[in-house]
Amino acid sequence: MKRRTFLATGSAVAASAAFGLPARAQDGEPVKIGFVYVGPIGDGGWTFQHNEGRLAVEEHFGDRVETIYQESVPEGPDAERVITQMALQGADLIFTTSFGYMEPTVNVAAQFPDVKFEHATGYMRADNLATYDARFYEGRAVIGTMAGMLTKTNKIGYIGSFPIPEVIQGINSSFLHARKVNPDVEMVVIWAYTWFDPAREADAAQAMIEQGVDVILQHTDSTAPQAAAAAANEAGAEIYTFGQASDMASFKPMPRVSSIIDNWAPYYIDRVQQVIDGTWESTHTWGGIADGEVEIGEITDAVPAEVKAAAEDMIARISSGEYHPFTGPINRQDGSVFLAEGEVATDEQLVSMDFYVEGLTGEIPN
Amino acid sequence: MLGSIDPLLLLASLMVAATPILFAAIGELVVERAGVLNLGVEGMMITGAICGFIVAVQTGSPWIGFAAAALGGAVLAALFGLLTQYLLSNQVATGLALTLFGLGLASLLGQDWAGIRAPRVPDLPLGPLSDLPILGPVLFRHDPMVYLGLALCLAVWVVLTRTRAGLILRAVGENHDSAHALGYRVRAVRMAAILFGGACAGLGGAYLSLVRVPQWTDGITAGAGWIALAIVVFASWRPGRLVIGAYLFGGVAQLQLNLQAAGARVPVELLSMSPYLATILVLVLLSSGRAPGSLGRSFHAAR
Repeated sequence: MKRRTFLATGSAVAASAAFGLPARAQDGEPVKIGFVYVGPIGDGGWTFQHNEGRLAVEEHFGDRVETIYQESVPEGPDAERVITQMALQGADLIFTTSFGYMEPTVNVAAQFPDVKFEHATGYMRADNLATYDARFYEGRAVIGTMAGMLTKTNKIGYIGSFPIPEVIQGINSSFLHARKVNPDVEMVVIWAYTWFDPAREADAAQAMIEQGVDVILQHTDSTAPQAAAAAANEAGAEIYTFGQASDMASFKPMPRVSSIIDNWAPYYIDRVQQVIDGTWESTHTWGGIADGEVEIGEITDAVPAEVKAAAEDMIARISSGEYHPFTGPINRQDGSVFLAEGEVATDEQLVSMDFYVEGLTGEIPN
Repeated sequence: MLGSIDPLLLLASLMVAATPILFAAIGELVVERAGVLNLGVEGMMITGAICGFIVAVQTGSPWIGFAAAALGGAVLAALFGLLTQYLLSNQVATGLALTLFGLGLASLLGQDWAGIRAPRVPDLPLGPLSDLPILGPVLFRHDPMVYLGLALCLAVWVVLTRTRAGLILRAVGENHDSAHALGYRVRAVRMAAILFGGACAGLGGAYLSLVRVPQWTDGITAGAGWIALAIVVFASWRPGRLVIGAYLFGGVAQLQLNLQAAGARVPVELLSMSPYLATILVLVLLSSGRAPGSLGRSFHAAR
């Protein structure tokens, strides 16, 4: 490197650090896109799927973009350091892909007004900070319907990660739809307090199986609950599971009988294109089944035909806009009315959901 | 409601849950008693997890897999030993680097192994013992690795407290200069301890990927190595207390999940913190020991 180039680069980095301005990519240089992941890219679930989106960006834009990523970043102060580092490295656009990155992203976005930020599943925005999410609860309605029809013990389980609205929506949606097809169904909820810990997730699945649960839904990121169910099935049980965030197809046809797949690629490609075109704006995007952002994975032949038909009907009705999974009458756990007959939940009501619906036992942790 | 928890199943599952931490912790205890602080336990565990998994799948034998895991952990430990004992690098920094290296290496090696089922590790048939009421299901219906973990702890206790080799190892850990002056080969003793610690960590990792989960998932250890390190300290570097710590942590972790599944009216936040809280409280109450005198200090033979 020539000395003057070195000095110029050094000065730019120093200025960036001092004044909170990123070292911008020169004209003609590739747009630099950063991704911050909460788990390892090989988790087989949430982070794996976000990374698939990153790879799709690389494939679509070729040498017009350069992507960088950091995996297994804990939610909290560490995240702020990592996001800051990416901004200082000259990233033009940074995707932070977990709810717990919300405040760190807000803080870093304030320091780097020329960098564009996108935060997944959050709700805090700024001029240079957009938010994006997927209507996972739509997918939960589909697999909840299947779960209610598949269970023989009338006990279905849900491994929750953290008590945030996204997870609570999922619990409520799957329970409501399981109850619609099977009024006797009960739901066992275990809060794992982690997004990714294979051993704990497997133990949670095992604890459920020991309690008589025969259908397991998960809102954690590893395939460990699938493996635990597969091991139980080898020992003579009949446990059904659903892939979470990614297809988890290696566990087909049993225990994994279907899945909720998060397809982030179209959104990532679209937003990167906007940065390249100079048309990017801070928005909130919340796509679902109709937008192709939430997909239902292949329903295997281990599922009876009538269950498959019910699931496909639900997918079609949600996709067409004919049906919303949170349509009244729905009561809160304490019996008070959440939605009256025919009333549909607003997005504002959904993003602040902090209660169980009627029929669920236990309490949501604070 | 709580009657729906089967205490026998719970006690049996706690033995399985404690085993990976027990292996890693007993290995690290020996390393630290020799005066070396290896913070690379997590890296060695996950390297063992992937090495054991790949070899078990390829050979169809979980036992060859466990042997490969021990070897994988020991190879990583040898790297740590070379850097800290011969090139005199900082033990804390090198251990942290080893964890990062191990996590990255395992991720690289494991790219094509996700979602594959490992060969099943069979339970050890203990004949009439396994048919005993209450004790049978709890103690005598496990895979051999559960018993190996306990046997290893007993063996370490015997070696450390009842043999000349253990006395030498403790002498090296307490005051390496004095041990050197007496003619003991400090580096050789420490290297042996480091290799043993790495092999044990590798076995703990393989127990996760071959028995407890049982599959390969990137990041499978998810902090188990750090728990093992903490238990060594809270157990005051004593094998007996270490067993209590590992089983307590594993047991309370299992109990809180089972209590949630049974719908216990206990705040979930309290249940989730209980494994950490209970282990720390009990081991602090028991704690009376101090760290080995030369722990973490580099040995210079010329001094």
